Amino acid sequence: MTPTEALLVDDPLWLIIVKVVVIFVFLMVMTLFMIWMERRVVGRMQQRPGPNRVGPFGLLQSLADGLKLAFKEDIMPAMADRWVYILAPIISAITAFTAFSVIPLGGEVSIFGEHTVLQITDLPVGVLVVLACSSLGVYGIVLSGWASGSPYPLLGSLRSAAQVISYEIALGMSIVAVVLYSGSLSTADIVAAQSRQWWFVFLLFPSFAVFCVSMVGETNRAPFDLPEAESELVGGFHTEYSSLKFALFFLAEYVNMVTVSAMATTLFLGGWHAPWPLAGSALDRGWWGPLWFIGKLLAFLFVFVWLRGTLPRMRYDQFMALGWKVLVPGSLVWIVLVFAARALRGSAVTPGEILVVGGFLLVILLVVAFLLPQRQPVERTHKVTTAGSDYPLPPLDLVVPPSPPRRAAVGAGLSGTAVSGNGAPPPRQEDGHGTT
Amino acid sequence: MIGLGETIAFWILGPLALAGALGMVFARNAVHSALWLAQTMLCLGALYMVQQAPFLGFVQIIVYTGAIMMLFLFVLMLVGKESVDSVVEVLRGQRVAAALAGIGLAVLLVSTLGRAFAGVTAVGLAKVNSTGGGNVANLGRSLYTDYLFPFELTSALLMTAAVGAMVLAFTERSKQGRLTQRERVEARIRGQRPSPLPGPGVFATMNSVATPALLPDGSVAPESLSELLESTGRDRLDAEVRSVVSAGADPDAHALRGPARSTPADQEGQE
Repeated sequence: MTPTEALLVDDPLWLIIVKVVVIFVFLMVMTLFMIWMERRVVGRMQQRPGPNRVGPFGLLQSLADGLKLAFKEDIMPAMADRWVYILAPIISAITAFTAFSVIPLGGEVSIFGEHTVLQITDLPVGVLVVLACSSLGVYGIVLSGWASGSPYPLLGSLRSAAQVISYEIALGMSIVAVVLYSGSLSTADIVAAQSRQWWFVFLLFPSFAVFCVSMVGETNRAPFDLPEAESELVGGFHTEYSSLKFALFFLAEYVNMVTVSAMATTLFLGGWHAPWPLAGSALDRGWWGPLWFIGKLLAFLFVFVWLRGTLPRMRYDQFMALGWKVLVPGSLVWIVLVFAARALRGSAVTPGEILVVGGFLLVILLVVAFLLPQRQPVERTHKVTTAGSDYPLPPLDLVVPPSPPRRAAVGAGLSGTAVSGNGAPPPRQEDGHGTT
Repeated sequence: MIGLGETIAFWILGPLALAGALGMVFARNAVHSALWLAQTMLCLGALYMVQQAPFLGFVQIIVYTGAIMMLFLFVLMLVGKESVDSVVEVLRGQRVAAALAGIGLAVLLVSTLGRAFAGVTAVGLAKVNSTGGGNVANLGRSLYTDYLFPFELTSALLMTAAVGAMVLAFTERSKQGRLTQRERVEARIRGQRPSPLPGPGVFATMNSVATPALLPDGSVAPESLSELLESTGRDRLDAEVRSVVSAGADPDAHALRGPARSTPADQEGQE
């Protein structure tokens, strides 16, 4: 049993309830704050003020929006599948909140004389809990789209099902290297392992990069917000939802963002530990933990907003190609490298030998690459003259066809044959934009 | 010996899993069936966790409930909401055979499992989970040492199945004959007409697809004529033309007013 588990086991019931309520309130407040921050930051990036009327700096805007949402009419479409329609937002919200229970917010503290850890629970398979919750959360999206009984939500949910399954594979693979280096799947152990060695963001940067990309895909955020692409699918999976059910989806999306950011902080940025010069100092224990943790969390959340303000939405096939052809093979290769490095570290192989063998393999690879026949370049018969820019110009030998006399053309046309003769253009090639 | 907590968990999760299984069989709607099955799988996952196998439990949830059931749902949603089971028996005697096979399988499972449970005394996982790095580490060790060959064999089987499915489903389309987007643009610019073809003439008096568009000098733009209409024999269209054309003066492409109608005042004057 790890020290964290030992501290958590004897938590009295009141303390567990306090922790659960605090986490719940924290996630709610973070959601309200995130909505406000997103609108303010995107507003700033687009040279406009953003919400600034309700409360100081518009801070209470999302609270007002939430109240408004609660009082809206709750609409159930005629074609909806009643129970599944109600079930879907509930699944979304519950799984989003559950995932946060294994995130360590801080180290050992004393609450009213009770020594404990700022974490609801610590399982030996903590990382898998987050993955399981996100894979169950997809049910909310998929079922909402299906149960709405209308085409746009269905399209959104189909996209979402394919998207989340694909990106969960990349997400899981990016975690493998972290688990390998920390020797545990427990979140508290991973944080402890990072305080002993380097933060994994430096040690395992490719894993971190894959995790960051796939966590944006996993939470359906721009530029990967294909399930709810408002310019293509109206609102995607939540098109038919209104009032509190819609609010639950909204809440789940933002809580998921907070959760994956917390996960990235825990796995790669040292969790609740202070950054380098302060590591191990008095500022690196007890109640200071949540401060560092929330600071790193906010940095990730800001990146989410930044991405949304900067990048256009990807096309669906490009998005899937990125997942399956770049992230998954890339992380596979990286995992093999990490395994090789760890396997060689304990053996008698010196770095010099590794370099020699690696160089030898590289030479073989290069020789094979040179020996492979090159692909023939495609003959481009229709080269268009361009003047400086890439913009195609009309050919220099362009002949404007003479305009036909009106009656002749009509007569020729009405006499039962195709238009031909003087005025008709020569038959064009079959080049994709059709004939008359 | 079963602890109190385990008993409570069993009596909650067991009936739920059973209800899910029955619901899966009896649900009319295919998606509802899939949801009931997901419930059964979730309950099984929770039962594994209660029985000190947390890794197995969460993998059950991630892989079965999360990935495999999601793929089922994906296909079912593509099939559509109104799809109902066909009641036509395609294979003769299929139902009887299926029922017999099902009962046989159940008898086999119950008898063998019953004998296995009766003959074995459960020791629990508490000892294994507390030594040698815990549940996950021990599982990984036995998977990669004692059971390495079956494990690799299973993955080879799955890989073969996946590749086979791709080979069967993937229709190869040659990219050789297809023009790229860039080549199309160039062909278009290089061709006789970079712009789209002109539409039919739209005038105050008529806008049918048979109306030719006019060029600036008043002549007919030949490319605006519909090839289909022009190549159809005039006599084949006569009846339809007569049905839409009003009696009186033919509308002219240049005319800004329709054919003159006789007003009541004119009629009175004539009388």
